[in-house]
Amino acid sequence: MTTKTNTYRFEPLWRVRLRLFWRSLKKNWGLFWESRIGPIGLGIILAFVLLMAAHPILMSTVWDPKVYDPIMGFDQKLVGQHPAPPSWAHPLGTDPIGRDILSQLMWSARSEFALGVTAAVITVTIGTLIGSICAYFGGLVDIVFMRLADLMMLFPFFALLIVMQSIIPMDLIKLALIMGGLGGFGGITIVLKSQALTVKVKPYIEAAKVAGGSSFHIIRNHIIPNILPISFLYLMFNVTGAIFSEAALSFFGLLDIRMSWGIMLNTAQDAGYLGAFGYYWWLWAPPGAAITLLCFAFYLVGRGLDEIVNPRLRKR
Amino acid sequence: MPGHELIKVEGLTKYFPVKKRIMLTRAVSYIHAVDEITFTVHEGEIFGLVGESGCGKTTTGKLLVKLYEPTRGTITLDGQNVVAIRRGKHLREFRRRVQMIFQDPYESLNPRMTIFDIVAEPLAVQGVRSLKEREERVAEILSQVGITPPETFMFRYPHELSGGQRQRVAIARAMVVGPQFVAADEPTSMLDVSIRAGVMKLLLELKDTLGVSYLYVTHDLAVARYMCDRMAVMYLGKIVELGPTEEVIQNPLHPYTRALIAAVPVPDPTYHREPVEIKGDIAAPIDPPPNCRFYPRCPLSDSACESSPHPDLREVSPGHFVACHKL
Amino acid sequence: MSLLDVSHLTMYYRTKMGDVHAVDDVSFSVEPGEAIGLVGESGCGKTSVAMSLMKLLPDNARIVGGSILFDGVDLVPLPEEEVRKIRWKGISMVFQAAMNSLNPVYRVGDQIIEAIQQHLPLSTEQAREKVAKLYTLVGMDPELMDRYPHEYSGGMKQRAVIAMALACDPKMIIADEPTTALDVIVQDRILHRIDEIRKELNMAMMYISHDIAVIAEVSDKIGVMYAGWLVELADTVTIFKRPAHPYTIALMSAFPSIKGEKRPLVHLPGEPPDLLDPPPGCRFHPRCRYATGICQEQVPEYKEIEPGHFVACWNPQRKGVADARA
Repeated sequence: MTTKTNTYRFEPLWRVRLRLFWRSLKKNWGLFWESRIGPIGLGIILAFVLLMAAHPILMSTVWDPKVYDPIMGFDQKLVGQHPAPPSWAHPLGTDPIGRDILSQLMWSARSEFALGVTAAVITVTIGTLIGSICAYFGGLVDIVFMRLADLMMLFPFFALLIVMQSIIPMDLIKLALIMGGLGGFGGITIVLKSQALTVKVKPYIEAAKVAGGSSFHIIRNHIIPNILPISFLYLMFNVTGAIFSEAALSFFGLLDIRMSWGIMLNTAQDAGYLGAFGYYWWLWAPPGAAITLLCFAFYLVGRGLDEIVNPRLRKR
Repeated sequence: MPGHELIKVEGLTKYFPVKKRIMLTRAVSYIHAVDEITFTVHEGEIFGLVGESGCGKTTTGKLLVKLYEPTRGTITLDGQNVVAIRRGKHLREFRRRVQMIFQDPYESLNPRMTIFDIVAEPLAVQGVRSLKEREERVAEILSQVGITPPETFMFRYPHELSGGQRQRVAIARAMVVGPQFVAADEPTSMLDVSIRAGVMKLLLELKDTLGVSYLYVTHDLAVARYMCDRMAVMYLGKIVELGPTEEVIQNPLHPYTRALIAAVPVPDPTYHREPVEIKGDIAAPIDPPPNCRFYPRCPLSDSACESSPHPDLREVSPGHFVACHKL
Repeated sequence: MSLLDVSHLTMYYRTKMGDVHAVDDVSFSVEPGEAIGLVGESGCGKTSVAMSLMKLLPDNARIVGGSILFDGVDLVPLPEEEVRKIRWKGISMVFQAAMNSLNPVYRVGDQIIEAIQQHLPLSTEQAREKVAKLYTLVGMDPELMDRYPHEYSGGMKQRAVIAMALACDPKMIIADEPTTALDVIVQDRILHRIDEIRKELNMAMMYISHDIAVIAEVSDKIGVMYAGWLVELADTVTIFKRPAHPYTIALMSAFPSIKGEKRPLVHLPGEPPDLLDPPPGCRFHPRCRYATGICQEQVPEYKEIEPGHFVACWNPQRKGVADARA
């Protein structure tokens, strides 16, 4: 009955995919914007990025490196007055050993970002992969990884880091890797596995099997893409955790890094200035606020993404 | 006219374990989803599998496409043993020849994939590397199922299509590799009424144009009458009656078939249905007793039925088989 | 006086993208003890009509016109407290897939008792007696009252939900797809039982379904809905033997039947319209084989073409169904 009479004209595939991607990006951005808290969080993050980018500019133009270097700087002019309160020369004052607080704040933003995002990406990547594999295969694989996750959740994380610090000095990279790894095998695997399970029981997975897809094919092309939105969401929440953990560890002097927001607090603590709250506020308020704000910002972005990821939360 | 035997099923059985803990021992019961069924699907035929929920018809469909592996029994495709196929190119060849259409048009398509990706997936898995060839074959099959012009639909997502269109896409996906045999699991039960007729007609057309044979699973006897050449009625994992559709529907012999037909509402207010003669409720198919499954509910049953094993299918008139001691 | 008199009922859902015209100018009446069936496909508005009658509409839905006279009282302007008095005692409803809405952590009997005590001043003991009577009425053993929903089969759950709807002796029950999720033998029993109860208590019923065969068996009169409109209304035999609206004719022809001669099914091309932006004139005209010029421009009038038979069409068909299928 049918003869192949038709010739079809197809657009090049890459162009189609690009167009579709752009379209979905616009739509999701629209939803993100409507959530109102999402863009606020994003704005705060952008502000920090600006700070981060502004530092090298300031250092090479207005600020004299001998005075303003976040680690090695020292302001001779105010000798004897350190930690000096905010002034025109030092908008956020100086720390007990004469370094400019604002400079420290801006410089550390870079490492905080790097740490937070790296650790979160590692965690979520591991969690997504392991969660999908456990959900799809079940059985022994599932049991093993789930018990491992239980163990990780109960693990005394700080204790481990203290022990590790005495064996190998912990810098930011190592910290990111360890937090990422420990986090990845922990609770997030359970969450992502349960998401993957909801995908696994869908008829389109059976359809893919009937089409001839191997397990690898199904996990890569069907399961992971469908849990990726949730993974991305948890990425945001994990960044918060990573930054906060680093701050706490630095505060207790457990890390071998030279400058971060936690270290700023640690410096203030060691010099005995943290007891007097009202006085010397410029020693703890800027780093404290920075930590809180950045964590809060990522949390808000996560909440903004929640509405995109969970269509049921959307208003009519 | 239906041709040679395409699919032959003998003694097909599928049990699912139900684990229970009694004291410290782990007693295992089995759900007898499908229990020793035998039937044949000929080339060019639509074979219906009819029954209520839990009778095993969907499980049978999945066994035939190798989504499940049978506990016992044989399935042959053109004489070739299907159960023995495990992996590799034999499995890939099987998947090219046998496909499935699922019930739910909303859930059987991956919402994150475009229509092209969905329909091209079987081709990609079968090793069709050329993108151009894939695009052309997808466009061709989409036209044939009524999704035209295909170029406009190929890069839409499932949620942009209606239920009827989605089911057509599901049909296209099943047909794109050119299968010989397709198991259709209630393909129209989740569609709107005025859309069903279109999809059923499409399936009938494709039978002729593409030379496909179907196993048509449905709970709706009226649909089975319309679509199927021959049909089997299942109850609690067993086939109780089998034969040409019109014959079984107009002249039902097994008391369960008679009850089922009597219960179907007829869209004619002047028609008075006969009373449905059946007692009690359907039992769960867990560890059933060895006698006739239908015994507790049968209006014809007696003590002989209770003490005899489950009846075999006997040919009562040409092509018409019934499993009952009383006939 | 009719028990229920719906007149020019119009209801819209307000969404971000505009107003969805879910129910548009629907009029029908139900006498005491009568059974009316509302038939149509998904999105036609039949469930919306039911929810409007019960005034159980979501926040973004508004009744923008018409009246609903129940026992002489117009429900549309009534405030919520007044409606609550009528709900369950005057009209009650069995929702779609209601059997899934039984709370799994409470005993079924307790859930019905709770519903009763919210509307009638009965003690728990009295309520329990009533539930036992209701169970017998719907054909279940009263002892089942103290079991949990997971111990019930689908048919039993549906009977329990029907018992709940009967609890306050309503004058009318709306049943939305009461047997869709059930097997055909269970469906047969439940439909019979509902019909017996209805005749015994002289209760009015509104059946809502997409299954025209079920509606044919249980309804005295039938209303056919399409895209938010009531396109045809007549007694059951007339609808089946002399359907006038092209959509009704198409619907009749789209159902395969187990009896009668085997005939080809008529396929209705196209889709129901988007109710955010319905087509001008008659909403069915894009799919109608009898459409003429006026159909594209003007909304057809809802006219009585023979006693008790109403159609909203510019070209109502006078032939019987068999001819119309040709």
